[in-house]
Amino acid sequence: MVSWHNIETDTIQISGNGGDQIDAYLAQPKGQGPFPGVFVIHHMPGWDEWTREVVNKFALHGYIAISPNLHHRIGPGSLDDVVAAVRAEGGTPDAQFVGDFNAGVDHIRSLDNHNGKIGCIGFCSGGRQAYIAASKATYLDAAVDCWGGRVMMKETELTERMPTAPFDMTSDIKVPLLGLFGNEDEAPSPEEVNLTEQELQKHGKAYEFHRYDGAGHGFFAAHRTSYCIEQALDGWQKVFTFYEKHLS
Amino acid sequence: MCTYITEKAQIDGSGKGTQGWFPLTEARVYYDHPHHTMADHTLNIDFVNNEMGIGARVAVELTEESARSLIEKIEDALEAAGKESSSIS
Repeated sequence: MVSWHNIETDTIQISGNGGDQIDAYLAQPKGQGPFPGVFVIHHMPGWDEWTREVVNKFALHGYIAISPNLHHRIGPGSLDDVVAAVRAEGGTPDAQFVGDFNAGVDHIRSLDNHNGKIGCIGFCSGGRQAYIAASKATYLDAAVDCWGGRVMMKETELTERMPTAPFDMTSDIKVPLLGLFGNEDEAPSPEEVNLTEQELQKHGKAYEFHRYDGAGHGFFAAHRTSYCIEQALDGWQKVFTFYEKHLS
Repeated sequence: MCTYITEKAQIDGSGKGTQGWFPLTEARVYYDHPHHTMADHTLNIDFVNNEMGIGARVAVELTEESARSLIEKIEDALEAAGKESSSIS
């Protein structure tokens, strides 16, 4: 039985990678808790309204949720101009993401109402970053990868910003991993998801993957044509069940 | 798709953005998720000036069909103006 929490929200600044002050959207239940924490990694379309809705959703369910603006350093501008600029530069550097991730986690861990457990969830490019966090984060207890493309990367796709495929970090994964994927998706394709699963099995990692027929990429996004209601409702249930198990 | 595959062309010309006309230096072309068009993926073109900040951008999102049609019409317009055809077919 779910009981909804009253929540409070704020946009704060945290000291991210390299000491850069970056904005972060924070939502948490009112009260002393203690509550588990979730780092919401925003998707490629940016630090947008839908990301804030997801952060609020976790707070309603009793989680302290934070989502830093991983594109903050681009500077002021409209959301799509910022995202286009990030894209033109080749995306957020993986090392920078890890620094910002650890900073966001540190903020949750500093709060008096935190229960000591931290999860992360990433969508799209954020799913890829969740996979990275599962191996590189300083503190983390569980990770959720929602249709993260480019976990597998060809040699020719590696760049200075993304020098290592997350797939090749699998042996370093330290936390249970939940993966949600649409079988109609092309990035990642079902074949790539299968190969990633095999790699997790090879290294004896704790994971669960769920694949959805009739769903492509981004099927949680209710404001997009990719939204698939049945698959999304089931997927969210999987997320909360997973977090209940690992973040209590 | 969520790829970072972006084709870039250095261009000469002008674009009209939210602040009026400005000179263009680059066109960035990629097939990926749109911001506005109701489609999973579109052919996106950003006409930008790299020296004028991230807001100096005229953005276009087209369906694949529309993008291919546009390629044809660009060639047709140039040919109608007496310009020689390029290698684009």
